Amino acid sequence: MHELGVTENIVNITLAKAGEAQANKVIQINLVVGEMSGFVPDCIQFYFDSLSKDTIAQGAVLQFESVPTQLRCRSCSTIFHPPDTLWACPECGGQSVEIFKGRELYIESVEVE
Amino acid sequence: MKKIEVIQNVLEANETIASRNQQLLDKHKVSAINIMSAPGAGKTSLILQTLTRLKGRLNMAVIEGDVASTVDAEKVQSKAKAVVQINTGNMPESCSLMAVMIESALRDMPLDNIDLILIENVGNLICPSEFTLGEHKRVVISSLPEGDDKPIKYPLIFIDADAVIINKMDLLPHVDFDIAAFRRSITGLNPKVEVFELSCKTSEGMEKWCSWVLEQVKTNAVKR
Repeated sequence: MHELGVTENIVNITLAKAGEAQANKVIQINLVVGEMSGFVPDCIQFYFDSLSKDTIAQGAVLQFESVPTQLRCRSCSTIFHPPDTLWACPECGGQSVEIFKGRELYIESVEVE
Repeated sequence: MKKIEVIQNVLEANETIASRNQQLLDKHKVSAINIMSAPGAGKTSLILQTLTRLKGRLNMAVIEGDVASTVDAEKVQSKAKAVVQINTGNMPESCSLMAVMIESALRDMPLDNIDLILIENVGNLICPSEFTLGEHKRVVISSLPEGDDKPIKYPLIFIDADAVIINKMDLLPHVDFDIAAFRRSITGLNPKVEVFELSCKTSEGMEKWCSWVLEQVKTNAVKR
């Protein structure tokens, strides 16, 4: 729902980094998106195509690496992937958990030439 | 071809502005509370009640975030020191307030005459959880008709909350809402969260909430 602003940031960061490297063209942008982050890759791609027009990032491939949700049990420290929306620890049954992975949204690297 | 390592958070731009907002607020000794909920859970009612009850004890301002209309701003106008309405329908993103919108709203506020800003976010349980605004406390309202499963369906917003309000407690006899189960889900996600049961309609529970608000403003003032 708020991918436009996020994609603007992706384009800005990419162009800044490519500029620093004196690149002529951005070939690929490698993004890491947590399963819980609520960002839709297709939507980011859609905005990207329009926002990158007439820049050196036009036509670049967006590569999304999805990070599955991982939770950590606050009682026994077990790290697990929740099979459903009920977040109970598979080891001790504890329901007090924290998110260990799955909220990230960052640019890992940019491939240029 | 060359690979440039970046490792940069895409939301950093928002977070940078948010921390600038907080510095500005701190400089003027203003506390800010970001109030989030689904549409209709009672954000405006809670703000109205809080303004009424703490009038004379705190100088309060309100930032209203809505996709469209000034309905809410008009409602709180007479009770607040200053009101700024943000209509996100005119912005590139309409689903949540963002730090840059608060930055511009703060320019229109007499910050030296304000102790507390109540920020009413856009009614939405998803998007506001991704954007910090520079607030000192994050509050989520869940109302009884919404059902007790919201923390399970929308965990992120509850994980980052400092306080959760269960509103419309006067409807308890008429709805199937398991208060104990709801509390268990929230404290499982967020053990430090404060939970308030109240009704903006009957005022039940408002006193406890208002004491918490006063306490936050006081603690915040001491920290600076």
